[in-house]
Amino acid sequence: MGQYVIRRVGYCLLSLFLLSLTIFFFVRVTGDPAALLVEPGASADDIAAIHHQFGLDRPLWVQYGLFMWSLVRGDLGQSFYYQTPVFDLYMSRLPNSLMLAAVAMIFSLLVGIPSGILASVRVGRFWDSAGKMFALLGLSLPSFWVGLVLILLFSVYLKWLPSSGAGTPLHLIMPAFALGWYFAAAHMRLTRSSMLEVLGSEYIKLARLKGLPEALVIAKHAFKNALIPVITLAGINLVIMVNVAVVVETVFAWPGIGRLLYEGITFRDFPVVQGVVLLGGAMIVVVNLIVDILYAVIDPRIRLER
Amino acid sequence: MSTPADIIALPSQPPRERARRRMIRIGEFPVVPTAILLAIALVAIFANQLAPHNPEIGSLTARFKPPFWQAGGTMKYILGTDQLGRDVLSRLIFGARVSMVVGIMAVLVAGVVGTVLGILSGYLGGWVDQVIMRITDTWLALPALTFAIFLAAIVGPSMWNIVIILGVTYWTRYARVIRGEVLSLREREFVRLAIVAGCSKWSIMARHILPNVINSAIVLGSLMLGVVIITEATLSFLGVGVPPPQPAWGLMLSDGKQGLMVGYWWLTVFPGLCIMLMVLSANLLGDWLRVKLDPQLRQL
Amino acid sequence: MAGESLLRLDKLSTHYIAGGGLRVVRAVDEVSLTVNAGETLGIVGESGSGKSTLALTMMRVLPMAAKIVGGHMWFEGEDLVQKSDAEMREIRGKRIAMVLQDPMASLNPLFTIGNQIAEPIQVHEKTTRAVAWERARALLKAVRIPSPETRVRQFPHEMSGGMRQRIVGAIGMSCEPRLLIADEPTTSLDLTIQAQYLNLLRDLQREHGLALIFITHNLGIVAKMCDQLAVMYAGRLVESGPVSRIFNAPQHPYTKALLSSIPRMGDRDKRLTAIAGQPPDLSALPHGCAFAQRCPQAFDRCRSEAPPVSFPAPGQTARCFLTEDARVEAPVALAGAAV
Repeated sequence: MGQYVIRRVGYCLLSLFLLSLTIFFFVRVTGDPAALLVEPGASADDIAAIHHQFGLDRPLWVQYGLFMWSLVRGDLGQSFYYQTPVFDLYMSRLPNSLMLAAVAMIFSLLVGIPSGILASVRVGRFWDSAGKMFALLGLSLPSFWVGLVLILLFSVYLKWLPSSGAGTPLHLIMPAFALGWYFAAAHMRLTRSSMLEVLGSEYIKLARLKGLPEALVIAKHAFKNALIPVITLAGINLVIMVNVAVVVETVFAWPGIGRLLYEGITFRDFPVVQGVVLLGGAMIVVVNLIVDILYAVIDPRIRLER
Repeated sequence: MSTPADIIALPSQPPRERARRRMIRIGEFPVVPTAILLAIALVAIFANQLAPHNPEIGSLTARFKPPFWQAGGTMKYILGTDQLGRDVLSRLIFGARVSMVVGIMAVLVAGVVGTVLGILSGYLGGWVDQVIMRITDTWLALPALTFAIFLAAIVGPSMWNIVIILGVTYWTRYARVIRGEVLSLREREFVRLAIVAGCSKWSIMARHILPNVINSAIVLGSLMLGVVIITEATLSFLGVGVPPPQPAWGLMLSDGKQGLMVGYWWLTVFPGLCIMLMVLSANLLGDWLRVKLDPQLRQL
Repeated sequence: MAGESLLRLDKLSTHYIAGGGLRVVRAVDEVSLTVNAGETLGIVGESGSGKSTLALTMMRVLPMAAKIVGGHMWFEGEDLVQKSDAEMREIRGKRIAMVLQDPMASLNPLFTIGNQIAEPIQVHEKTTRAVAWERARALLKAVRIPSPETRVRQFPHEMSGGMRQRIVGAIGMSCEPRLLIADEPTTSLDLTIQAQYLNLLRDLQREHGLALIFITHNLGIVAKMCDQLAVMYAGRLVESGPVSRIFNAPQHPYTKALLSSIPRMGDRDKRLTAIAGQPPDLSALPHGCAFAQRCPQAFDRCRSEAPPVSFPAPGQTARCFLTEDARVEAPVALAGAAV
């Protein structure tokens, strides 16, 4: 198990390195760094100062060195709009996004897993077809449109739920639903195919041969095995949710990092944009690592391997 | 004298079951989705002829008019107008053009780049493979949306920029799958024969490998179309996609947000329905293609 | 025949139906055989002969495409074919048990050995967890697995192949069934372990008065372990009877060919005899005897008519026109079977 962990950690570090390299590359090479890194409406002196600060006239690898050096120290620059360090800004907004993502994830699992199991047990019949329809809709409806329609229905017409902001659990319902909708469909699909695969295995046959009631065969033997890939995906999806929540947060004015990204784009606040993307990516890589390790905990086979 | 469940001559299905299953029957050509896509394509091509009004210029006296069946609506603006008095229907029609063009072009760019790199990576192996794989891994670590937003923020919005950005974002998915195919193709007899016959690497890749991965590329393309369109709509909604005044469905949704709280529902519902129709059709077609063209790809 | 038989199959037929009724595979075609308490029956045949389907049919654990289309299965006087799913569940694992071919695949990788052995005990006999686990430990000891106390908490992947086979056997024995069906029980084992395992099965059989059915293609096991033998070909039972009698005087050409294809110690200079041809496609069986194409003794009638069951000697059956004339009066216990 030790070797496994070390190998995974190494891979994680490599990915982080490559991620920063990619971001750096794109900014320096494809954009006009001077324009981006400078506040809108800056004077010529300011531009010159920026040139000096970021070493824009020095060779690329030097620039990269400077970049990495500031990254390692946690310095992601300063937001033009808020005049505070990007890192602090991010960290203050992150809990909100995490909360939203967590609720959305719970929703998507509560809907996705049972419907996936139902579809797999009733393969080819009504519930399976219904499940497939649901999966298709989940993939075809943009999350922000779902959010907008929900607002129309529940805030404007029915006046039951608040349409924006955060603060009470009521504020959480619609954004979580809009965000979780797509992932519910994805989880349903995976649960279904995973269950189908497990249900075809020999140990399920033996479980039936033992005379176990079908409910036990499915709930105990099939379920736990089928759940492994789903949980893996769910873990990774949680972080992805945090990142792609940008639209949902914008629609509902939810004060998370997604909305921060939107503000960054709208106000041409590039350090914020860069910071959110970098930190988002880093979060994903780290969570991948954690999920890999958890995987080894759930599945006893991996513990003894490697 | 009860007959237990499994002694029967043949299973018979109630007719309702059969009809329901017909919707998602494998092997049956998905007529409706393809028809819808073709219709949208035609609308996009003949937008100039079909649209009743200019989509970019509105009449300020006719702002926020509801669809014709509601009080205050007129037949002049069938589906209503937006905050600048622009006809919604015309904007929807021209928006189809944007979605079609951006969608298809982005899928082509991503497909070509991804397939070529996938073939190179899978066939040549070695350091080429390693480099390309590391790049795709990193790329894939970031969600496509975040990556696309990032790039859009850097280069600025314009329709062609969006096409390039989407292509750059999604080629990695192609590369991954194609590479996998090539890896198994590489071991097949006909490739070995070609090597033994003295064909160069490049001609093998072009003449033997490429035709065999085209199927997968096509299937992937049809599946990607839906994703790309949603991403483009999202980017436009956030303001980093197709820039105004050009009508894009995502942009219309963003504009429509203003009117939402006062109940101007048509600005939100119609563009969204269009997106949904197009993406749903693309997905259904893609699903059918996937099963039809290559059973191995059922894993996708 | 002393007393009633434990299991009696009476013209049992199982068909796979595919393509919406267009393709019918007659996997098991009118099979009749008898197993008495404490007896060991070997069912022998090539791959595709229908022997595994027959085993699954006996347990009524058939895949969705397969259906029992005719016949009866009399087990301790009750017809299993007529039983509902719920009733069969009571019987499965408790009165009839089955051991599958691949022990690694049969064990759920995420649960401990103890859990998997105790499970049927808890379900069928409604005991507490503690009691069931105690029985599990005892069963591990009975199948001669060393240090059962530690083993019981371990996972399948921590065991060797031979141990897994025995664990699966322990699971089968857990509720003390009257009949144990073993599908290719030794295929995945090394030769040395095979002998140990077979001896174990024989000892368990003697201790518990168990009836065993071995499904195998290995005639050596049959010779060593079985009292009765049933030979299957293309879904049909072509010969059955006491092992010693069949080995000494096989009646059906297929059985003769099988027996002569086994290389023997003294056969140094002889070539290996194989049976020419291939087994037929079960979805497109020829008219007449299924073996006719490969049979060295076939004549015209074999190709046009399927031979009925004949009784060349008491307790022995064969489906062959060659033995039709040497028919002996069918014993009373089998009265009512096809004549």
